[in-house]
Amino acid sequence: MIKFFLMVNKQGQTRLSRYYEHVEIKKRTMLEAEVIKNCLSRSKDQCSFIEYKDFKLVYRQYAALFVVVGIDHTENEMAVYELIHNFVEVLDKYFSRVSELDVSFSTSENHL
Amino acid sequence: MPAPIRLRELIRTIRTARTQAEEREMIQKECAAIRSSFREEDNTYRCRNVAKLLYMHMLGYPAHFGQLECLKLIASQKFTDKRIGYLGAMLLLDERQDVHLLMTNCIKNDLNHSTQYVQGLALCTLGCMGSSEMCRDLAGEVEKLLKTSNSYLRKKAALCAVHVIRKVPELMEMFLPATKNLLNEKNHGVLHTSVVLLTEMCERSPDMLAHFRKVRQLSSSQLVPQLVRILKNLIMSGYSPEHDVSGISDPFLQVRILRLLRILGRNDDDSSEAMNDILAQVATNTETSKNVGNAILYETVLTIMDIKSESGLRVLAINILGRFLLNNDKNIRYVALTSLLKTVQTDHNAVQRHRSTIVDCLKDLDVSIKRRAMELSFALVNGNNVRGMMKELLYFLDSCEPEFKADCASGIFLAAEKYAPSKRWHIDTIMRVLTTAGSYVRDDAVPNLIQLITNSVEMHAYTVQRLYKAVLGDYSQQPLVQVASWCIGEYGDLLVSGQCEEEEPIQVTEDEVLDILESVLISNMSASVTRGYALTAIMKLSTRFTCTVNRIKKVVSIYGSSIDVELQQRAVEYNALFKKYDHMRPALLERMPVMEKVTTNGPTEIVQTNGETEPAVLETKPPPSGLQPASQANDLLDLLGGSDITPVIPTAPTSKPASAGGELLDLLGDLNLTGSPVSAPAPQIPQPPFLLDGLPSQPLFNDTAAGIPSITAYNKNGLKIDFTFERSNTNPSVTVITIQASNSTELDMTDFVFQAAVPKTFQLQLLSPSSSVIPAFNSGTITQVIKVLNPQKQQLRMRIKLTYNHKGSAMQDLAEVNNFPPQSWQ
Repeated sequence: MIKFFLMVNKQGQTRLSRYYEHVEIKKRTMLEAEVIKNCLSRSKDQCSFIEYKDFKLVYRQYAALFVVVGIDHTENEMAVYELIHNFVEVLDKYFSRVSELDVSFSTSENHL
Repeated sequence: MPAPIRLRELIRTIRTARTQAEEREMIQKECAAIRSSFREEDNTYRCRNVAKLLYMHMLGYPAHFGQLECLKLIASQKFTDKRIGYLGAMLLLDERQDVHLLMTNCIKNDLNHSTQYVQGLALCTLGCMGSSEMCRDLAGEVEKLLKTSNSYLRKKAALCAVHVIRKVPELMEMFLPATKNLLNEKNHGVLHTSVVLLTEMCERSPDMLAHFRKVRQLSSSQLVPQLVRILKNLIMSGYSPEHDVSGISDPFLQVRILRLLRILGRNDDDSSEAMNDILAQVATNTETSKNVGNAILYETVLTIMDIKSESGLRVLAINILGRFLLNNDKNIRYVALTSLLKTVQTDHNAVQRHRSTIVDCLKDLDVSIKRRAMELSFALVNGNNVRGMMKELLYFLDSCEPEFKADCASGIFLAAEKYAPSKRWHIDTIMRVLTTAGSYVRDDAVPNLIQLITNSVEMHAYTVQRLYKAVLGDYSQQPLVQVASWCIGEYGDLLVSGQCEEEEPIQVTEDEVLDILESVLISNMSASVTRGYALTAIMKLSTRFTCTVNRIKKVVSIYGSSIDVELQQRAVEYNALFKKYDHMRPALLERMPVMEKVTTNGPTEIVQTNGETEPAVLETKPPPSGLQPASQANDLLDLLGGSDITPVIPTAPTSKPASAGGELLDLLGDLNLTGSPVSAPAPQIPQPPFLLDGLPSQPLFNDTAAGIPSITAYNKNGLKIDFTFERSNTNPSVTVITIQASNSTELDMTDFVFQAAVPKTFQLQLLSPSSSVIPAFNSGTITQVIKVLNPQKQQLRMRIKLTYNHKGSAMQDLAEVNNFPPQSWQ
């Protein structure tokens, strides 16, 4: 099951966040900061799956934006990896050459 | 009131903020504006305000005051309002808020709306955050929508049904008829969501699972063949632009179907058989050049492993995993290692083939891969490859990150214990671990190691020599130093005499050994526990070494005034040993006996008192006789340690009299005792009760000795035996009886032996008596302690046998003691 879906930039600013389980607001910022810290500390040739607390993070970097999805152990990690890419491609088609600004400015479209 | 700014402008303003404080300020100002606008009930701009509120919520600021506004937006007729309203509801509301129930009516109306998009919105929201009450109310609507011909709605309805089932499992039955036709769709969206729905149903309820598996009348409605057919179409069909992802059509659907097949096929032969072909086909036909293909292959492998597939298929799966391992892409290697870990239990041999690749992964740079490789390596160690694997693992231990060291060290210990080809190898390995990762080793490793060393009697000299050399260089790693000081204390004489067959014996003098131990004591790096070990070791050496006893005395007396309470207590007691009880010293400090091997289920089983472990069970097993007194006294010596008193009664490996008592357990009537020759060493036995007396009272037993009345068990021919009772605070089925034997005749009774037997439901343990001579005229007594374990709380009965020499003749008497007070056994 997917627990959350985040798009965070390198400075730690969240551009898009969707939680599929209830997490309190204060915890969310902490969670996002920790997650981005984990992802930033990885080098390019390390694998994209991180074990974090009791679930896994699948992340993918596109330019300055990180897309991070938190999944539990029943999910196929590689399928989620593909899902991230698919999502980004869809955004690309929708915005024609999507950039970080597009993501930040059109939250409602992204969510839906 | 000017029109509230648009969302875009808000975002732009926030982006110009340079610091967190500035951003907070802007947001608070905007929040205030939004709140006043809400109060004014302004319809036209409400949607804009809520959108802004959602953005701020995403950044992490509280936005709960917007919840009611969302509801109002949902109720409005404009589509844009509804859209923002539902989005807000999904993000801000959940079942914890009471407000959400107000939405139910709105959603109901919208589910029946004419526009499919509105219906879709309502379904989305319900599927996202519907509570169980809402789900119950609206499940009927959802089910109706599941049957429509509109595929856009059908797929949303299917997902909503998934959520409903998760919240209210009882409603699963309701959706069952609708699922019949779901798989007949062409639209991949509907197919995908229906597969999700079916997966959810099968996972939740075994009845559903059985229902879906069984053969139905119409062959076209069998689930497994249907799925197989769909999958086949996906693979075989040519390029379809709308479903293509890097050359493979709809991999997401393929993965989902594979997962559903896995659930259907688990533990079910028929279904598994039906799937075998298609799985083989997928496994061989899928392209592996792209990540997508690998994702599908991964899912296939998982499915093959889980269902009852034929062995050829399983071998195929493991080969695929092996190929993954050789791949350059880290993700794939990680995934392969994870799945191999899952399958190593069942297909051990097949995984062994890839052992070398796995061991190579240990050297990888990536943390996740290293962890997986380490776990897998430990699972693969067996008797044949243990030497090679251990070499690799030790090398890994040297170079890995600190977070791994603890796990790696414990893993190595376990593996070494199970598969050690020889004792020497075992000891070498453990020493290597201690020297490289000493400070990360778990606490129970030290007692385990000590136990191992005592058990390998022939290796003592070698062990102590190696340990000595290791500590000579560096005494900062605490576990190493603890083990080393214990060994040096025990086997110091072997070290000095230089007898070692395995290695070159080194020339060590007693002074050098004492130097080392003293430096450990003095060093700042030593923990308090380590110092305790070192002091005890020095003390033990006083009996092993011959020329340096004075030096030892000096050292011990210095620490009599140490600040550390533990050390001080020990030193004071050792000092007392030198002065008052010097006659006892050799016996007290004799070699430790071979320890019982206690299964290492957990550190709680082993009672650790200063590194000398004792089995925590009350059963008696007879170890070599001459050592009991020493070890038993050693335990009492540890009782002196004070701070590590544990709730478990430290039972020593018992002396022979107790083992005779053990044999007596079965012989109630026939007291044919073999105890007499063994009790000969009894007179030399030091007197434990004295030591106990000289100490501050231990809180082991409650002092209701006064509470339980003592009895006279035997009184004949001038010999009187009194029993006094104590109950243990911590273990209510243990009674401790202290017997006192006194002699009122004019002549002494010598060679006095007291033996006892109890009924089968009890267990008895006799400790050694204070002496074997009862002086005449009641001028002195013999005391002896008996421990009785009475788990069934039955009435205590005892048969005693007394043998002694009196007036030149041997006397023997049997008696039964029945007058135990009820408090002693209840």
